[in-house]
Amino acid sequence: MAEAKMVNLTIEGRPVSVPEGTSILEAAKTAGILIPHYCYHPGLPVAGVCRMCLVEVEKAPKLAPSCATSVAEGQVVRVYTDRALKAREGVLEFLLINHPLDCPICDQSGECELQDYTFQEGRPDSRYRDPKRFNPVEDFGGDVLYVPNRCILCTRCVRFMDDVAHDTVLNVSERGDRALIGKFEGKDLTHPWAGNVVDLCPVGALLSKDFLNKSRAWELDRTASVCPSCTQGCNVMLEVREGTVTRIKPRPNEDVNKFFICDYGRLNYRWINRTDRAETPHVRTDGQLRSIDWDVAVHAAAALLRDTRAFVLASPFLSNETLHLLSQVMRRNSGAGAFRVATGAEAPLAGVEDLALRRDRAANVRGAELFGFERSERPLEKMRDGDVLVVADDDLDGITPEEIARASQLIVISTTVPDVAQDAAVLLPITNFAEEEGTFTNLRGRVQRFMQAKPAPGFARPSWLVLGDLLGALGAQDSFYLPADVFANIAKTHSAFSGLSYDKLGMRGLPVLNGQASTGTPDFAGIGAGSGGAR
Amino acid sequence: MGYPHPSHARETPILSQHFGEPEARTLHGWTGRGGYQALEKALSMAQADIVNIVKESGLRGRGGAGFPTGMKWSFMKPGDGKPHYLCCNADESEPGTFKDREIMRWTPHALIEGCAIAAWAMGAETTYIYIRGEFTEPLYWMERAIREAYDAGILGANAMGSGKRLDVHVHKGAGAYICGEETALMESLEGRRGNPRIKPPFPAVSGVFSQPTTINNVETLAAVPQILMKGAAWYKEMSLSNPKSTGTKLYSVCGNVQRPGTYEVVMGFPFGEFLHDVCGGAVGRKKLKAVIPGGASVPIQTMTEAEATLMDYEGFVAQGSMLGSGGVIVIDEDQSMVRVIARLARFFAHESCGQCTQCREGTAWTTKILERIRDGQGTMEDLDTLLDTADNMTGTTICVLSDSCAVPVISGIKKFRSEFEALIQGRRVHSVLTQVA
Repeated sequence: MAEAKMVNLTIEGRPVSVPEGTSILEAAKTAGILIPHYCYHPGLPVAGVCRMCLVEVEKAPKLAPSCATSVAEGQVVRVYTDRALKAREGVLEFLLINHPLDCPICDQSGECELQDYTFQEGRPDSRYRDPKRFNPVEDFGGDVLYVPNRCILCTRCVRFMDDVAHDTVLNVSERGDRALIGKFEGKDLTHPWAGNVVDLCPVGALLSKDFLNKSRAWELDRTASVCPSCTQGCNVMLEVREGTVTRIKPRPNEDVNKFFICDYGRLNYRWINRTDRAETPHVRTDGQLRSIDWDVAVHAAAALLRDTRAFVLASPFLSNETLHLLSQVMRRNSGAGAFRVATGAEAPLAGVEDLALRRDRAANVRGAELFGFERSERPLEKMRDGDVLVVADDDLDGITPEEIARASQLIVISTTVPDVAQDAAVLLPITNFAEEEGTFTNLRGRVQRFMQAKPAPGFARPSWLVLGDLLGALGAQDSFYLPADVFANIAKTHSAFSGLSYDKLGMRGLPVLNGQASTGTPDFAGIGAGSGGAR
Repeated sequence: MGYPHPSHARETPILSQHFGEPEARTLHGWTGRGGYQALEKALSMAQADIVNIVKESGLRGRGGAGFPTGMKWSFMKPGDGKPHYLCCNADESEPGTFKDREIMRWTPHALIEGCAIAAWAMGAETTYIYIRGEFTEPLYWMERAIREAYDAGILGANAMGSGKRLDVHVHKGAGAYICGEETALMESLEGRRGNPRIKPPFPAVSGVFSQPTTINNVETLAAVPQILMKGAAWYKEMSLSNPKSTGTKLYSVCGNVQRPGTYEVVMGFPFGEFLHDVCGGAVGRKKLKAVIPGGASVPIQTMTEAEATLMDYEGFVAQGSMLGSGGVIVIDEDQSMVRVIARLARFFAHESCGQCTQCREGTAWTTKILERIRDGQGTMEDLDTLLDTADNMTGTTICVLSDSCAVPVISGIKKFRSEFEALIQGRRVHSVLTQVA
C-alpha cells in the first residue's frame, strides 16, 4: 500500500502531522485534544449532525464541524476560542432543553457524554421555561430499551444498524423537534450484534435491559479481558461490582473486533458468577471425599499420576498457560488429551471484515489444539482402560459414569464439581478466567492477554499455579511464581512464541500463529527437558 | 405581467408574457410563439459557447442565493466519462413565493426548453424536475408538456434530430419545505428522507446518485431560451441599478396589498414604486408597516427601508434584507409583528428536518417563546434569550433553515421591539404607534 501523504497543521498551537484525508477531530486526538462530539464515532460513517464538534478554522467564515472537515496543509485550528466555546455551549443548551435531567435514575449517569461535556463546557443553568416534550419508553426488542426523552438524535444507532450490521431496523421518525428514533414495522433489535447500539449511544437513551438499574457506573471496577464465548477473541472489559461480573463491554481493538461485541458474548457472563463452585481441595480417604490442605491434595494427585498413563480431558476455556502445563502432565505420563467444544450458528457482523460470533463457542480452541489436545465429540474415546483420567474443567455433561469408570483413577481439576465426578480421587479447585491472569489464542492465531477481574472463591487457586505445583510434585524443575513465568516457558518451548512476553503482547495481543488451522502436532521440543521427565 | 391582473405598464413581461394564455401551454401554441427555436440553435452550438453566453448575460440564480448561473454551469465538465445530471428545483416551498408555479402552469414548454438547453450545455443526458407535492395543477401541465415534447421528438434519444439524447423526468415531492434545499432535494430524489447533505462535496462534484450535478431554479432555466435567442447583451442591458444584477425578475406579491399577483420587472426597479404603484399599494386607507421582500427566510424590512430599496441582489442587501426568491409579503399597520414572526417561526419549526441540534431544538424553542409573548405571557428576558438563541442558530448547521428561522426573529426584534415590549408589559398599543422609523 502506498504511503499516505502527510498533512501538517496546527491545532491549538500544537503542530500536528497526519495522513491526508484525516478529519480535524481525529487529528486533534493525536495532539491530545478531545474535541467534544456526539454523532461522530470512529466506527461509523460521518453524519455531522450534532454540531457539537464545531471549531474555528483560520480564514474560514463559519465554524467548521471538525468531524466532517478534512485537514489541510498549513491549516490553523482553534478549539477553545470564545466563538467556538459559545457555539458548543449553545448546542449543549439546546440538547438539554427537552432533556429530562433524570441523571439520578439513569443508567448512563457517570459515563454519559452529555453529563461530561455539560460539566466541561455547558451553562450552569437553563433559560428554558416551557414544558418539555415527552415520549414514552419503548422496548426495541433484543436487549435494548429506548428512552426517547433522553435521546439527542445523534443517529449513531441508526448508522450502526444500517451501515455496520446491514440490518435496517432503526430510523429517524418524524422531523424537527418531534423527531425520535423509530423502528421499522415488524422489525426488532434482534440482530445478534444489535446490543452495540447501547454502547454507541452517548447518552442514556438506549439501555441494556439486562443491566437495567443494576449498578451505578462508578460502582463498577473495570478489567481488561478477552471474551471467552467464542473463538473470535473480542477484546472486552469485565465490569465487576463487589466481586460480581455485572456486564461486559467491548474494548476497542482495530485488529479483532473494532468497537463491537456480539450479544451472545455480551450477555453470556452469569456462569462466571456461579456460586456453586469448588472451593476447597479434596482427597478421597476411607472411601469419602474430604477437604484437605492444598499441599496434601497436590501430592495425592501427583502420587496417583506417578508411573501411570494419564488421559487429560481439558476445557477449551482454559488459558494457554494452563493448557501448556496440562500438556506437560500428558507428556510426563506418556498420555494423551482431548477436548470438546459446544457449537452454534456463526453470526457475522456484515460491515466488519472477519468479525463474527464463531461456531466454536469457547475462547481457546486454537490453544487447545496447539498444545496437543485432540478435538472430539466423544472425548474419552481414546482413553485407554486403566488410565488416570484428569478432568480439567470439562463439565462432564453427557459423559456417563460407565465411561469414566474405565479410568483407574479420576483427578478433577475444576471450577465446579460435576455430579459424575463424585467418584474422584482428588479434587483441585481452580479459578475461572475472570479470576486469574492468562492468554487465549483466537482462531486466527492471535494471542491475547486477560487480567484478573474478581477474587477467587474460597481456597480455589489459579489453574496455572495448581498445575505448576502438580508438575513440581511430579519432579519437574521449572517453578512458576507468576503466569508470566508460565508464558516465558511457552516462549522457550514453542518456536512460534519465541521471544514473546506479556509485555510484548501488550493489552491488544499479537498475531503469533499464522492463519492456518493447527495440525495438532505442536512443537514440543524441550518440554520437561533436564528434569525427572526422562525417568 | 401581474397575473391574474392585467399587465402593468411599468412591468417588463418576458417570462410572464404569455401567462393567462391557455394556448401557450400547448406545443402548437408554444412553437407559434417562437418556442424551441432556442433549443434548435443550442443543439447546433458548441457547449462551451452556450455557457459563455449565459455567463456574459449576467444571469444569476433566481431561487434565492443569486449565484451566477454561467459560472455554476462551468463547474460541470462535459466528457469526463461520468453521467451528468441537471436538476430543476421546482419545489418552490418558500412561504410567499409562487412565481415558479405560474411558469409551470402557463409556459411549461419554456421550462422544458430551458432544461434541455442547460442539459446539453453541461453534457447532462438526464434532467429531473423536482416538483413540489402540492403543485397538482403545475404537475399536470408539466407532464402533459413533456409528453408532447417527447411525441414531437424534441426530447428523447434523438432530440430535435440532433442525435443527442435529452431526457426530462418530473419527480413529485411529498410536501417538505426542506426538499427545496438542493442537497435535501437530491436525497429525496434518490428515494431517501429529505435531509440536507454536508457540503463539500458540492453537487458539481457529487450530486444526484453521487454524480456531477447542477441544480437550477425554474425561473433561471426558463430565462435561458430568451437569452440564447436575443443575446447576452440584450439581457445584460436590462439593469436599472447595479450591473451585477441583470435581466427581469418575477415577484410573487401577497399580503395586505391591493393587487396581489406575479409581477415581472427589470432588475433595479424602485421597490417603493413597485409596491405603491405596480401592486396598487395598501388595501383601503391602511398604511403599510413592513415588507418581507424575498420569501420567509429574508430579514423583514420596515417601510422606510423598503421605499429606499432598488430591487436587485445588491439593492435589497443595502436596505437590510435580501432579494431571496422574490416572494414579497406585504404587512400593514393592522398586523401584529409578533404574530407574524411567531407564525413564521412555527413554520420553520414544523419544517425543520431535525438533523442538526440547533435547528431541531432552536426552531421549536423560538416558537414556544414567541407564542408565549404573543399570548401576553412573555418576559423581558425572553427577548434576550430569543436573540442569543438566534445567534446560536446562525451559521452553525448543515443547511440554512436554522438561520432562516433566526432571521425574522433578529430583524423583527431589532426593528419592531416596541411591539414585543408592549405585549410583554401588557399594554395594548395600536400597532401603528409602534412602528420604528
